[in-house]
Amino acid sequence: MAKAPQVIRGFWLTFSAMFRKPITEQYPEEKHIYPPQPRFHGRHQLNRYPDGLEKCIGCELCAWACPADAIYVEGADNTEEARFSPGERFGKVYQINYLRCILCGLCIEACPTRALTMTNEYELADNSRAKLIYEKQDLLAPLLPGMAQPPHQMVEGLTDRDYYSGKVTGATPAQILESEQE
Amino acid sequence: MTVTANSNASNQTELISAVIDGIEIRVPKGTLIIRAAEQLGNQIPRFCDHPSLAPVAACRMCLVEIDGMPKPQPSCAIALTDGMVVKTQQSSEVAAQAQAGVMEFLLLNHPLDCPVCDKGGECPLQNQAMTNGRAESRFEEGTKRLFEKPININSEILLDRERCVSCARCTRFADEIAGDPTLELLERGAHQQVGTADDRPFESYFGGNTIQICPVGALTSATYRFRSRPFDLISHNTICEHCSSGCSTRTDVRRGKIMRRLASNDPEVNEEWNCDKGRFAFTHTVIDRISTPLIRENGELRAASWPEAISFAAAGLKGKRAGVLTGGRLPQEDAYAFARFARVVLNTNNLDFRNRTSSDEEAEFLANHIAGSGLNVSYRDLETADVVVLVAFEPENESPIVQLRLRKAVRNNKLKVIAVDSAAAPGHEKLSAELHLAKPGTEAAALSALSDKLKGRNAIVLVGERAAASAGLLSAAVALSDATAAKLAWVPRRAGERGAVEAGLLPNLLPGGRLLSDATDRAAVAAEWNVQQLPTAIGLDQKGMVQAANAAKLDAFLVAGVDVTDVAYHDDFKAALAKTFVVSLEPHYSSVTDYADVILPVGVITEREGSFVDWEGRERSFTAAMHQSLALSDARVLHLIANELGIKFADDAKSAALHKSLTELKSTTKKPAMTKVSAVESAGLVLAGLRQLIDNGSLQNGEAHLAATAREAVAKVNAKTAADHGLIDGNLVVLEAPGGTLVIPVEIAAVADQTIWLPLNSDGSTPLINLGITIGDSVSVKDAGAYVV
Repeated sequence: MAKAPQVIRGFWLTFSAMFRKPITEQYPEEKHIYPPQPRFHGRHQLNRYPDGLEKCIGCELCAWACPADAIYVEGADNTEEARFSPGERFGKVYQINYLRCILCGLCIEACPTRALTMTNEYELADNSRAKLIYEKQDLLAPLLPGMAQPPHQMVEGLTDRDYYSGKVTGATPAQILESEQE
Repeated sequence: MTVTANSNASNQTELISAVIDGIEIRVPKGTLIIRAAEQLGNQIPRFCDHPSLAPVAACRMCLVEIDGMPKPQPSCAIALTDGMVVKTQQSSEVAAQAQAGVMEFLLLNHPLDCPVCDKGGECPLQNQAMTNGRAESRFEEGTKRLFEKPININSEILLDRERCVSCARCTRFADEIAGDPTLELLERGAHQQVGTADDRPFESYFGGNTIQICPVGALTSATYRFRSRPFDLISHNTICEHCSSGCSTRTDVRRGKIMRRLASNDPEVNEEWNCDKGRFAFTHTVIDRISTPLIRENGELRAASWPEAISFAAAGLKGKRAGVLTGGRLPQEDAYAFARFARVVLNTNNLDFRNRTSSDEEAEFLANHIAGSGLNVSYRDLETADVVVLVAFEPENESPIVQLRLRKAVRNNKLKVIAVDSAAAPGHEKLSAELHLAKPGTEAAALSALSDKLKGRNAIVLVGERAAASAGLLSAAVALSDATAAKLAWVPRRAGERGAVEAGLLPNLLPGGRLLSDATDRAAVAAEWNVQQLPTAIGLDQKGMVQAANAAKLDAFLVAGVDVTDVAYHDDFKAALAKTFVVSLEPHYSSVTDYADVILPVGVITEREGSFVDWEGRERSFTAAMHQSLALSDARVLHLIANELGIKFADDAKSAALHKSLTELKSTTKKPAMTKVSAVESAGLVLAGLRQLIDNGSLQNGEAHLAATAREAVAKVNAKTAADHGLIDGNLVVLEAPGGTLVIPVEIAAVADQTIWLPLNSDGSTPLINLGITIGDSVSVKDAGAYVV
């Protein structure tokens, strides 16, 4: 082909490409084929203990660590009537502004209870600014089987220290009953 | 924090020479090692050390090596001596190791609460653990010492005993500064904890300070708990709006909401303390706010635009015989705007800031002896005086920082306090005061008898607002001051009262301490205001205005920051407001807005700038903590009304311009002495009382935790009066007066003869409202049986 006219050489390239395996990714139809790396920094998640109580204690250390000032937290007291996390304090308001977030993960390092981790979810685009401020309900981990929706009491006979040392395995019947009554 | 602990030490000129870390230093004799090291820029770590509290060496954090001493010594409790050689952690391995060891011990039982602890981020323990502590704990024995957490030591203060490092700052504060020594360290060793006897609440008006000086998060505020972290907050320097003490405070704001208030360090005024009211009562800034101008139409209020409301107000005031009532809480600049508005726009001297018991004698006293007297008596003077006489003034309730300063002087400088009052109060005991009990109306005689004790000594007479209720008392105070060369000061209760005096908000007084009766003064003010002349007739005071309105001699009221239930004649007051055209400048719905024809909403104190004048006469200027607020100041609203009436008024009513104008008017000419008024004693049993610091005051609205720390309301009589009237200690008493009845428990206490003492505005004790009488009025009592809780 070296001596063929330039126009033939050009069309040959196009023609031969028709027989090559395509490298185009069919996003978003086939996004499951190309998962991100397991440690990819995606959307945040607020985790739960195995009985459904939230791990977040509203300490704002994530907000403190955030270099982009993307996180806003308000703490509040757990009361006898409504308990959302073990211990005294829980995160009443939790917002992450994904217009600001640079997904650096410093918040994850700062979190003292492993409440905040990152998922592999990367589809963080929307058509308004307000929608990109994720509220607590958008960030909370889903309830898995065996968990009860807070507010409910801690497992009978256990304290917040037992939660931190991993002694809780799932919601007890009393917790599930209380959760259902809410 | 680095001011020397012992003020005596700095007065002595004898210097000694010592060596710290190889550097020679010359300091006054008696200087503590820790302070001397600070002067060299060497911060020795410490927890228990506090410049305002006596050294105790409780935490052992500040250990240093001293040549000639066998073991490391606490530098916060040892004074430098001549030739002493000290090595701190900077130059001595022994000292550094000793400090690291103490830090390790302190952290052994300290919980890992930092993420949820309110102190986290501004915690000396946290900071020093980072700078001086170990990265890893060597404590592997298992569980730390645990306590139930948190417990209330009173309704406002929470205690997490696990976090305590037993530094004894709170207990020393309670004992030394506040004089409420009910907080104590209990138990021994690892179980040592702060507590009160029999778990009774820690009763103090100053308890909030213990939260601020706690070097760890052991004491926290019930109101502030978990509301924010230090790095969320934007701090503003503010001045407390609650009383005339003039405390410098720090207001911390998060996203347009006030989160908390702390005391700022102002050595000349509040040092680094404030009272619980100043610290916790700020919810009033957000509750019951009026958001838009309102106009009353057919008896109903309806929302209106600003231009409509302003022209409605202007039309209603135009050409009317009007009175101006401003209460005692306005900043000086707004008070000045009212003083000018009344004279220039309303052409009247009917104006009064005294929404309380007052008298013509008091107006003359304020005009001739207080207005324009400048910084005549200061806090520092109180500290250096030999004798202070408290006349109808109980500082703990009525100006708490004066109480703290007097107590400091009593403890350190052997100040003698003499109180002339109708009843003994806990505050008197804390000052070891010599008490002269006198029935309201007879205090003047008791006061005159004191002249021998004051002669030839550095004496100060402090007169309170209640002196106005007793005819002749202010005259007697002036006479006493003249006879003994004692300095005289007036300590009002509300923050804006002294400023109102300086701004000329009295029927007989012009701004800058100028007398209405003096033609030169009038001309000076008229020139400053660009008017031909000022109304010359002495105006009516508040009560006079109310009576005039009820007699159809007054058509309109311009009212700001007044609550009708603050005076005994509240029924007449309401009737007067109902009969007249009322323009109300208020941030909140109040008992006056109920009768207002037009309500013009103004900003609360945190939304405006200006200055208060404290009881000393010291200007205390502040900026707006909530600077994004669009709310107008009173002065700005008055400016708009004046504009509507075609009168040019005070350069856009900007605070700085008003302040400048008022400053230019200041006159220091000596004024004639007031006319002497003689005392009138009413026969039979009379009412006495005061407004307690924490009571039903409207600026304390919405603070349940604070309200729960109020002193219980009981009536007090002495044993003789009780016997005369058949009253029994602990029983209920029913008080009867023309205005109604009031039932309250009675207690036998140190009270003047033929006097029954009551808190004037506390839960269960509101004699002004229930009985329609005030201090010095006759009342009849009878026993009402046993008091069952």
